[in-house]
Amino acid sequence: MYSSVIVPLVYLLAAALFIFGLKNMSHPRTAVRGNLMGAMGMLIAVLVTVLDPERVQTYYFVLGGIVVGSVVGAVLALKIQMTAMPQLVGLFNGFGGGASVLVAGAELARTAGGQVNPYVMLTATALSGLIGAVTFWGSMVAFGKLQELQMFKKPFPIPAQQLINALLALVLLVTALAMVWGAGNYAVLCYILIVLLASVLGVFLVNPIGGADMPVVIALLNSYSGLAAAATGFVIDNNVLIIAGSLVGASGLILTKIMCKAMNRSLGNVLFGVLEAGSLAGSADEMYATVRSTSADDIAMLLDGAQRVVFVPGYGMAVAQAQHAVRDLGQLIEERGGVVEYAIHPVAGRMPGHMNVLLAEADVDYEQLKEMDEINPTMETVDVVIVLGANDVVNPLARTDPKSPIAGMPIIDVDKARTVIVVKRSLSPGFAGIPNPLFAMENTLMFFSDGQKAILDVVAAMKEL
Amino acid sequence: MGDLLLLLVVFLATFLVGGLLILRIPPRLHTPLMSMTNAVSGITVLGAMLLFTKAIPGWWLSVAALAIVAGAFNLVGGFTVTDRMLGFFQKRGTHDE
Repeated sequence: MYSSVIVPLVYLLAAALFIFGLKNMSHPRTAVRGNLMGAMGMLIAVLVTVLDPERVQTYYFVLGGIVVGSVVGAVLALKIQMTAMPQLVGLFNGFGGGASVLVAGAELARTAGGQVNPYVMLTATALSGLIGAVTFWGSMVAFGKLQELQMFKKPFPIPAQQLINALLALVLLVTALAMVWGAGNYAVLCYILIVLLASVLGVFLVNPIGGADMPVVIALLNSYSGLAAAATGFVIDNNVLIIAGSLVGASGLILTKIMCKAMNRSLGNVLFGVLEAGSLAGSADEMYATVRSTSADDIAMLLDGAQRVVFVPGYGMAVAQAQHAVRDLGQLIEERGGVVEYAIHPVAGRMPGHMNVLLAEADVDYEQLKEMDEINPTMETVDVVIVLGANDVVNPLARTDPKSPIAGMPIIDVDKARTVIVVKRSLSPGFAGIPNPLFAMENTLMFFSDGQKAILDVVAAMKEL
Repeated sequence: MGDLLLLLVVFLATFLVGGLLILRIPPRLHTPLMSMTNAVSGITVLGAMLLFTKAIPGWWLSVAALAIVAGAFNLVGGFTVTDRMLGFFQKRGTHDE
């Protein structure tokens, strides 16, 4: 009665809660509830499983494992700084994928040779091991890169990486086929081999990917962790795993697609492509001959008379931890009658929506956070744009130079504003490695400084006016 | 085989429904969305727990226990951090109205 009626019903309810939770994520006002619904769904599913009378014998393991994992996860989640959010999401994600690998492996070891439907089960197991291991190791490398650990600062030099990856994929395919065809013989051995090979593949796939492409990778790994969970659902014939995993897989895939579109690149290009140096590379000195720099006092004067000011934040704002200073400056401008908005490029930062979270943390009203498509048509009426720690996403070459590596990438058209202030340490190029003609435009003023110090100086200067 | 077909239908239908829901979510909530769905993928913890109902060879039991730790870490951490993030969005949203 319990395991044939109550458990499936509660699982169904949990699945419904996941779906409605996701539905509630569509607005900031309801999103907290949406997240709680998801957590509730998880809680009842776990409870109904723990309370199953058949499980009493090994309570310690189950409860002990849950307590250890939960405490570590919760402490990390509560203590971590908001600027470290991308790597934390990557870390959690990796462990989800890792759990799938372990579950599918243990289930295989338990049933090897004796399943009802060996081909389906073995195929799902192979997929679970493959996707899960790629997710785990890919996420670990992404974590290392985002945390800026020394050993991940530069990609490991791996000769003929594409070729090796292709070979790995081929051997993986053969091993998986052998595992399924062997119908149980050596299945565990094959599985371990699959997990090992996929681990190497996971490391190799993320290894060459640079910082600005991270939003794509994080979203893709997110999708993988869901697909691994769904595959595990097929292994153990469990609907709620399939539903939850499928939701996550869909979400990650859509985010991946949105991120790629925002860079005007295909997924293949992000994962395997190499950005080529632009046609203008080398002529940077010439281009920057007319650059004008400015000071905090001059900026304060400009802002004092401005009616409409737009901030364009990039990853540099996160690095400089400047979001609170930016909020203070925004409030000062508002007190003097100006309208303040924040224009957020979809791939600004290191994960989808990164800038929004940082600014929300600094108490910026979410109504002031504007999307690129929303702000671009009105850019001509903006008095002052302050570009803070962003570069490629405001580079007009994307519109004008079809040979540029960022050609066709949608950008925030800051060059159309009346005055552009670029806060930057130097004239060094952004991730794409190309110069930015914006810096030398007539309406552009460069403020060479650290992001946070720059904004604090402007705040101080404005208060003195 | 009928069972497999049903499971595949469930998978695809959820994929579509999920996709439609996610397309409606504005970019400003993409980080919380990712971290919430990320927590949901910790659902594998159920699979790990179910392993303990069955006779399972010796050391694979510790593999299952490890899976429980990893899954619980993923889901509790994920939901907690999402709640923390969304708190920032709500804070301003409510006292402005």
